[in-house]
Amino acid sequence: MISNEAVITVKNMMKRFGTFVANDNLNFEVYKGEIFGFIGANGAGKTTAIRILCGLSTPTSGEMSVAGYDIYHQTEKIKKNIGYMSQKFSLYEDLTVAENIRFFGGVYGMKISDRKARTEEMLERLDLMAFKNRKIGDLPLGWKQKLAFSIAILHNPKIVFLDEPTGGVDPITRRQFWNLIYEAVQKGITVFVTTHYMDEAEYCDRVSIMSEGRIVALDTPENLKKQYNAINMDEVFLKIAR
Amino acid sequence: MRTLFYILQKEFTQIFRNKSMLPIIFVMPLVQMLILVFAATNELKQVDLALVDYDHSASSRNLIHEISGNPFFKVVTGLNNSQEAEDLLMRNKVNLALVIPKEFDKELTTLKRTEVQVLVDAINGNAAQLSLAYLSNVIGAYSQKVLIKPIKPEFRQAKTIEIKSTYWFNPELNYKFYMAPGILVVLITVVGMLLGGMNLVREKELGTIEQINVTPIKKWQFIAGKLLPFLIIGLFDLAFGLLLAKLAFNIPLRGSLLLLFSLAAVYLILVLSWGLFISTISDTQQQATFVSFFSLIVFILMSGLFTPVESMPQWAQNLDFINPLFYFVKIMRSVLLKGSNFIDIVNEFAALSAFAISMFSLAIFRYRKTS
Amino acid sequence: MKRFLAFLRKEFLHIFRDPRTLVILFGIPIAQLLLFGFVLTNEVRNVKIAVVDHSRDYLSIRLTQQLVSSGFFQVAATPTSESEYEGLFRSGKVKEIVIFEPNFASRLVNENKADIQLIADASEPNTAQLVVNYTTAITNNFVKTEFRKEQKQPGINIKARMLFNEDMLDSYNFIPGLIAVILMLISAMMTAITITREKESGTMEILLASPLKPIQIILGKVTPYMILSIVNALVVLLIGYFVFNVPIIGSLALLLAEILLFIFLALSLGILISTFATNQVTALAISGFVLMLPSILLSGFIFPVKNMPAPLEFISNFIPPRWFIEINRTVMLKGGGLAEVWPNTLILLGMSALFIAISIRKFKIRLQ
Repeated sequence: MISNEAVITVKNMMKRFGTFVANDNLNFEVYKGEIFGFIGANGAGKTTAIRILCGLSTPTSGEMSVAGYDIYHQTEKIKKNIGYMSQKFSLYEDLTVAENIRFFGGVYGMKISDRKARTEEMLERLDLMAFKNRKIGDLPLGWKQKLAFSIAILHNPKIVFLDEPTGGVDPITRRQFWNLIYEAVQKGITVFVTTHYMDEAEYCDRVSIMSEGRIVALDTPENLKKQYNAINMDEVFLKIAR
Repeated sequence: MRTLFYILQKEFTQIFRNKSMLPIIFVMPLVQMLILVFAATNELKQVDLALVDYDHSASSRNLIHEISGNPFFKVVTGLNNSQEAEDLLMRNKVNLALVIPKEFDKELTTLKRTEVQVLVDAINGNAAQLSLAYLSNVIGAYSQKVLIKPIKPEFRQAKTIEIKSTYWFNPELNYKFYMAPGILVVLITVVGMLLGGMNLVREKELGTIEQINVTPIKKWQFIAGKLLPFLIIGLFDLAFGLLLAKLAFNIPLRGSLLLLFSLAAVYLILVLSWGLFISTISDTQQQATFVSFFSLIVFILMSGLFTPVESMPQWAQNLDFINPLFYFVKIMRSVLLKGSNFIDIVNEFAALSAFAISMFSLAIFRYRKTS
Repeated sequence: MKRFLAFLRKEFLHIFRDPRTLVILFGIPIAQLLLFGFVLTNEVRNVKIAVVDHSRDYLSIRLTQQLVSSGFFQVAATPTSESEYEGLFRSGKVKEIVIFEPNFASRLVNENKADIQLIADASEPNTAQLVVNYTTAITNNFVKTEFRKEQKQPGINIKARMLFNEDMLDSYNFIPGLIAVILMLISAMMTAITITREKESGTMEILLASPLKPIQIILGKVTPYMILSIVNALVVLLIGYFVFNVPIIGSLALLLAEILLFIFLALSLGILISTFATNQVTALAISGFVLMLPSILLSGFIFPVKNMPAPLEFISNFIPPRWFIEINRTVMLKGGGLAEVWPNTLILLGMSALFIAISIRKFKIRLQ
């Protein structure tokens, strides 16, 4: 499925906050249809990078394009073609499941018939049909996160950005969550995900390991394990960090 | 346009779902109007008056009788000397003291002229002046009654200019007619600015604004979506408030209500944009409230709500050029009490519209989807 | 003690690091002082009037000049027909119309009596009344000076003595009240919000789990605000004394003691609110609507309690600033001592005790 058509290109990305350098000269490409992982400890600069690519933050310098659009001048066009799920859970807790879907679908300009069909299909898939009219705030965290992901890809974006999507949930739910990600990839959506769970790194097609604002390694998990002579990604990470 | 519809739908759902919000929006303003309009009055209800009679004559008793008969005065008698009266003044038991001197009766019957002393607690100058004027009227009426017969011809020659005064628009000088429209302005301002402003900062605090910022929503759509619900709520509050003011105080509604509500809409757009602007520059609800609270206090006090704008120093009057409340308090009073038409208040309308457009644009400009 | 001091230092740092809080703490008192001191007054000044002179003789012209030179009035219009009157009021161009009848001077000289008609815009009743009173006073004075040969009028002359505020300055009325309002704002409202914030962010739990005693935590929270309150009260007193010439006739020691008592009361009220409020918005709403508005409007600060209808007058008994403002006025302006203010002092003491008792009860229940 993975083509070598780049949907995200990043050249010399720099982001400074005062004297602090959050992203130091990042260079990479993300190809259409792949799961691209950003791995690193807290504070390594993962969130900063993802926020820049989503148009939430402006870079200090560098050349970047997302879905074929320039990050400086075409942010609004980019926003039509991406989905985003932030670290902080961000659906409206005081609205019901159905109301949240209606709102976000409406905001992305989906046709009503499309939205209804997709909602139906999605709730069916998540087994949440019975909870359609429950307030989001009343649902358990794991359900909320699966829902947030499904809503982020409701409008069929080209790329979906996931910023630590599985923080704080149990291993079973994490597994289910990754199944959802795979299904999205099947539909041709490119996935850009950050995480600090090393087992999740194994699920990615390619990972880039970040440390102190820099990319210190970038390859498939297989190649990285070979290169560092490690049995799993955890070991890779520990070896690099040392 | 469709996007805006979805935003509005969401905002309304959220507002009406929040149970604690409804009383804040609909009940509190109305209760407050009732309390504040009754409380905020310079009209004197009753004055406590101490009477000291050194004369103990028929005349002094008559004068005391005359004053005691007036329901405006609550009289304290049985004092032995003026020292006791001063003591009552000191302890806030009375506002005024009338001291009738020893020779009162004698001077009044023989000389036709005499003098009484009035001690006034003048800490509140306004109230002091008014109560003194009331007492003077009563004493003046009494002396007229006593002296009318034996008046000498040379007194009649005194030249006088007779002043006939008429009070238009509010012949009974009902203070509530004056306060109710002003208080209503404050209430819709507070509701609009605090709730409208708070709403946006809340999304910032909860983090949901991030999710909005990655969508293709246009900036103006989002700001308009935050503004319109509270505009409608503000107009509803105004309508309820007017109805209540009509029922409770029977305030006149002389001008066109259509005109009034159109101007109120312009005003609310201005106030809401101002609240939204504050929230675009704040990170937490606390900061936003503090800044709103501070600007509200200054704007309310300077608006002419409690004291006339003409009495303020020139620099303060100049500052009122940018005070939205100044314009709208004036508009409300003019249209409701005097029946002013559009031409009469076109200047205020122009100022409000100009500020509303600029403030709305500023709020949109300051709202950053990208930081 | 050392622990407590460290905690206290942290609390001070919180306040001084957030410029917005500082603006509230010092900006509002200063803005209020300036507004009440220089801007807000019920006095009549520069009121725009219209003059309709059907006579145009030397007396009507002279009286008009007299009205203008008094500084109270400005002639803003000279309408020629009655149909214009209403428009002038509706557009707010004038507040009063003064109408001289024809043959004004000749009637006054020959018949000893002439008429002036005044029409006032009573949509602002207070101003209307004052404007008419001033016009009348100037007119009467005018007659007296123009025809000074007249002898003394018969009747009862009233010799009024304006006690405690001879020149009837507004500042005498507002400075004692402003102290109460500012202390309410800083001590009660800020305390309520700061403790609630700690609760909301969950750091209260951490503090409670620390070796600090609950009483130390509360003391640590309120001490900075107490100090700021004292500073603010002193600043208002000093500005009142030096800028607005408001004297302190009674005992300064008594006044300061009463201020301390009121600060104590306001702080306990703030603590009480924080035991009820679960989040900052609620604390703000309670402070704003249940505390600030009544403190300003039902306490006698701006509008005398006596003017209020009976139910509101009754409610005002439960509003602490009402009693404190009375104490301030009595001690500062009337030179009263404990002999005059002991009932009010007892009421304030009782209220503080009550607030503290309820807070402790609520606090204990929560800890169980």
